Amino acid sequence: MTICTARPLVDVQGLEVHFGPVSDPVRAVDGVDFRIFPGEIVALVGESGSGKSISALALAKLVPEPAGRIAGGSVTFQTLEVFKLKGSELRKLRGARIAYIFQEPATSLNPVFTVGWQIGEALRLHRKGVKVKTEVEKLLADVGLPNPARTAKAYPHELSGGMQQRAMIAMALACNPDLLVADEPTTALDVTVQKQILDLLVELRKTRGLSILLITHNLGIVAHVADRVYVMNNGKIVESGETKTVLRTPQHDYTKKLLKAVPRLHKTNE
Amino acid sequence: MNELLTVEKVSVRYGELEAVRGVSLSLKPGETLGLVGESGCGKSSLGRAILALEPVAAGRVAFEGRDVTGLKGAALKQFRRQAQMVFQDPFGSLNPRMSVGAAIEEVLYVHGIGGSRAARRGRAVALFEDVGLNPDWLSRYPHEFSGGQRQRIGIARALALEPKLLVADEPVSALDVSVQADIIQLLKRIQRERGLAYLFIGHDLAVVREMSNRIAVMFKGEIVETGTADQVCDQPQHDYTQKLLSAVPDIDKALA
Repeated sequence: MTICTARPLVDVQGLEVHFGPVSDPVRAVDGVDFRIFPGEIVALVGESGSGKSISALALAKLVPEPAGRIAGGSVTFQTLEVFKLKGSELRKLRGARIAYIFQEPATSLNPVFTVGWQIGEALRLHRKGVKVKTEVEKLLADVGLPNPARTAKAYPHELSGGMQQRAMIAMALACNPDLLVADEPTTALDVTVQKQILDLLVELRKTRGLSILLITHNLGIVAHVADRVYVMNNGKIVESGETKTVLRTPQHDYTKKLLKAVPRLHKTNE
Repeated sequence: MNELLTVEKVSVRYGELEAVRGVSLSLKPGETLGLVGESGCGKSSLGRAILALEPVAAGRVAFEGRDVTGLKGAALKQFRRQAQMVFQDPFGSLNPRMSVGAAIEEVLYVHGIGGSRAARRGRAVALFEDVGLNPDWLSRYPHEFSGGQRQRIGIARALALEPKLLVADEPVSALDVSVQADIIQLLKRIQRERGLAYLFIGHDLAVVREMSNRIAVMFKGEIVETGTADQVCDQPQHDYTQKLLSAVPDIDKALA
């Protein structure tokens, strides 16, 4: 086990997110602690409804209100107390420092604007003075899209699912964020395309020093890309540690159940 | 043993595009054949063509030795009693304004089985129990169920006519891994109890292997490799099969 002495990029302490009536809330996130260090890929694993996506949204104070509310805890991003930020400070954090990509790239992209225009929008908002066209084409090349000049002029429906997700990643990278939150980024994709997208994320960590919070329900994916893992169930983190340690010697019954559910390619002698 | 399903040199075309190019395969009663490949390889088109949901441009589909290619009207309806489909997105394949009980009973009504309304409800109750759902929920609507529960409803509806063949097109791809494992176990139990055959379509070889006796690998409209599930996964012959295998996020490989 490596001991990390660096300051965490993100430090989440005692996070609580509630939905429904204040008198009898649904505790979607119920006292969660986790940290992400610079350049680290951390996985937050759990089933639908475990609270993993809401925890990730809370990092940038993006919990949907008034349905839900942050009921306790703190998020420290570098030196910023995220829950104390307001207005323009919060807008600088979102997009410029923390970027998100989601499961369905087709629903995150606007169908009536070109891909290039949408990537350029982030540049125009957050990085004034930058040569938008050149920068957009560079970003598209960085995420491995062929013929960036032509792809920039394409509309989302003209791209495949894998290409759309690459375009989303380009958009997320437009402002050089420190943290990329990838919420089930490959769940809607074929395994072959999934592998390409995961390889791209690992490469971006290396080339850009990007930290990544990967949210997934698939421990197979975690095993391949994450340095550390937090296992979440019913709003609580039930187990955490280095990926290989957790997956080789799971302690909690829920982790064991998740592991057992992953289909194995080769039969093992049990 | 006699083949339940024989597909001979079947092609499916969409205008200029030949999505399925002269594919042949066969399936025995009670057997599961996995059909694996990427988006756009033609696997869904082939599955749909077998059930006459897509026109066959060339070739022949035979079911229990009888030619079922291009069936229409009453003969097609008769064939559909024997061969049913389970779709990837159960929400998209259920009518949002119809209770799930009514959706199952409608299948029985259309095919003139079950006799009275009360008898049809009785069969729906039995089907619901069989797929592990509470029959009290028959009066509920699709949006009131989770993804895994909806897939159980899709399976119950496909089983309503007591078919001999189920074509399952990516039935677990949209589900969480733990729910995926439950649905795979359900499909296996139903197969043991009822002896039906599956054509199981998927893109993840680990999932397909879990379900299948034999596997056919499809690439650009053609079958490039077939064999037992063990042969295809442990000793892949074709480059494309190797590529598919290496794409699977296999835990054992990562931890080795």
